[in-house]
Amino acid sequence: MRQVAIYGKGGIGKSTTTQNLNAGLAEMGKHIMIVGCDPKADSTRLILGGLAQTSVLDTLREEGEDIELDLVLKNGYGDIRCVESGGPEPGVGCAGRGIITSINLLERLGAYTEDLDYVFYDVLGDVVCGGFAMPIREGKAKEIYIVCSGEMMALYAANNISKGIRKYAATGGVRLGGLICNSRNVDGEAELVSAVAKELGTQMIHFVPRDNMVQRAEINKKTVIEFEPACAQADEYRTLAKKIDGNDMFVIPSPLTQDKLEALLMEHGLMDA
Amino acid sequence: MDVKAEILGHYNAKVFKNRKDHILKIEEGEEAEISANTRAIPGIMTNRGCCYAGCKGVVIGPIRDAVTITHGPIGCGFYSWGTRRNKARPGEDGKNFIQYCFSTDMQEPDIVFGGDKKLRQAIKEAMEIFHPKTIFICSTCPVGLIGDDIHAVAAEAEKEYGISCTSFSCEGYKGVSQSAGHHIANNGLMKRVIGTGGDAPSAKFSLNLLGEYNIGGDGWEVERILKRIGYEIVSIFTGDGSVADISRAHTANLNLVQCHRSINYVAEMMKTAYGINWLKVNFIGIDPICGSLRDIARYFGDEKLAQRTEEVIAEEKAAIAGDMAFFKTRLDGKTAALFVGGSRSHHYQSLLRDLGVSTVLAGYEFAHRDDYEGRDVIPEIKEDADSKNIEELHVEKDEKRYRAFLNAERYEELKRTIGLEDYKGMIHDMPDGSYVVDDLNHFETEAFTRLLNPDIFFSGVKDKYVLQKGGTLSRQLHSYDYSGPYAGFKGAVIFGRDLVMGLYAPAWGMVTPPWKLTRAAAGGTTDA
Repeated sequence: MRQVAIYGKGGIGKSTTTQNLNAGLAEMGKHIMIVGCDPKADSTRLILGGLAQTSVLDTLREEGEDIELDLVLKNGYGDIRCVESGGPEPGVGCAGRGIITSINLLERLGAYTEDLDYVFYDVLGDVVCGGFAMPIREGKAKEIYIVCSGEMMALYAANNISKGIRKYAATGGVRLGGLICNSRNVDGEAELVSAVAKELGTQMIHFVPRDNMVQRAEINKKTVIEFEPACAQADEYRTLAKKIDGNDMFVIPSPLTQDKLEALLMEHGLMDA
Repeated sequence: MDVKAEILGHYNAKVFKNRKDHILKIEEGEEAEISANTRAIPGIMTNRGCCYAGCKGVVIGPIRDAVTITHGPIGCGFYSWGTRRNKARPGEDGKNFIQYCFSTDMQEPDIVFGGDKKLRQAIKEAMEIFHPKTIFICSTCPVGLIGDDIHAVAAEAEKEYGISCTSFSCEGYKGVSQSAGHHIANNGLMKRVIGTGGDAPSAKFSLNLLGEYNIGGDGWEVERILKRIGYEIVSIFTGDGSVADISRAHTANLNLVQCHRSINYVAEMMKTAYGINWLKVNFIGIDPICGSLRDIARYFGDEKLAQRTEEVIAEEKAAIAGDMAFFKTRLDGKTAALFVGGSRSHHYQSLLRDLGVSTVLAGYEFAHRDDYEGRDVIPEIKEDADSKNIEELHVEKDEKRYRAFLNAERYEELKRTIGLEDYKGMIHDMPDGSYVVDDLNHFETEAFTRLLNPDIFFSGVKDKYVLQKGGTLSRQLHSYDYSGPYAGFKGAVIFGRDLVMGLYAPAWGMVTPPWKLTRAAAGGTTDA
């Protein structure tokens, strides 16, 4: 079982990319579980065809500790098992603690079955506290992909997340598998992301071009592969899935200094823009 | 032997550098300066408590007619339940909640989703079952971490139930010790309770008793003596105290301050706002009691009152003279070490002297430099990041209710003669050759015991049993174990009795520590 965590700046397209790439892996016959680690509980919407999910924490709150796995685990497209961790409404409580509670509970309920090829954790934005690092602590997810674009703030975030990975690499054995560029159509994007990846000691595993098809599929509560299997964008996600399935480059990243990161941005012409 | 050097010699350079300023030997004619109210060194096994302990455990908890809810997981509420032995009897309204433990008992989902809903529920239940007029909410660490808005909940509760509801952000991690919690509690009482209870004037000889927590009934004994003389006690902060009384505290003519550390903020703020003078008193030990009673009488400057004071002193002293003399025959020449909070280590030295016991070491857990060196040093105390984190309440003169009891001339005179609004600190009263140690830790407790060999070590539950297993009698001066009162004339006798009972208990001769047994434990070694 490969446990993979997807991190990246808020709004960069982690959930969209994760679900589309999972649809690709499912097409390849892989058995997958997605664990949404975002209090908004919207990490499995495209696989399930809507937000029909009761989150683990809501169930825990309403039913107590004695709950059945079926209550929180739903199968969606390609028999992908979907779980939403959930969490408090904005501004109250502790969402980070919620993720820790939720993952512990899933383990106790036996959600991690032998037949799974992949478990994907889709984690909210920046790793703001210990709770959001839960998927990469204690040897859970060993493999991380960071979704980014050629935009400055996305790369700052990627660099920051790499610092977190390096922290847990020694104890939890977690490694960075690569950057996924979710294109925003900025100048020299592929080159810049590749250059940053190289500095981090990793790779840009795939460049996902920008395509309105993604938006259309999302409105229809579907992944691109399910919505328009024959389109070019569907093939892009299939390629990403294949690359991840065959990936053997796992590194402890070496985060860039602020100066170095800014120099790279300068070199690729972004600071002028 | 240089005891200080011997003890510091066990420390590494960093710890040495820190601790050397917290330990001092009293030498004749030398100015003594001590480092205090600074962070304990991680891992050093300090005896200190937390901010919540200072706010809820010390100052707010003893108030009998308020329901004090500990917002947090159950441990903090449970372990602060009754352990200080501050007693209370129901007042005229029949209300006494201090035997209860109120807690929101936060569970994991409350941490994740926020604990405010549970707090609201707790208030609702408390209202339905107990119908209090006042609810206090005290925060614990996790509440601060997840940021529950307890102040908003308190404001809502006031509207919904028509009660007074005050919340204290006294999360345990704030400050360097429980001292931060005292300050937070003082601020809350000043902002929300004092002065809310109507302005009907009190009797001429009216007092507030500040910093008396009625441990083992101390406050009742002090009250008994003061009432015999003819004083009206408007309120007590806070042992057997009530919101009903404290809300009228501003009508008294003098504030007596017993525990300087935990309550001096209120004394100072009430001086600014209402013009009430304060006087440091000590009702532990015969000389300080008599001195305090005479000072109070002098403050009011009434001939009859002074006469009555002398009558009461004479009667009270005569009543205990026989017992005290007997206990002194059994205790004369003994030595004591004291490590308690922020005043008791000072106060008890006189009572011990009355019984022929001299002090070889005294220290405070959470005192500031002024408690050691006297209030003169306050301008010299540097603010640090930890003290800046605790709100410094700036009160203004209450133009309507400000009353100066003394004219300027009398005020100046009393400052000189009875030390009005001053405290000289513990060091002032310490014998030459004795040691003063701030924030004593477990290693130092054992080392000083070995080197100074006191007959009695007064401390708290955290080190009492370590000391007694080592063969030294230890009495808890935070809680008086199961005894008390120790204050006042009658308390002095009980204190003497307890010491004699402890020191002459045949148990000491019957105990052989395991390391003195000849038979080696399995796999162990023997020194026989």
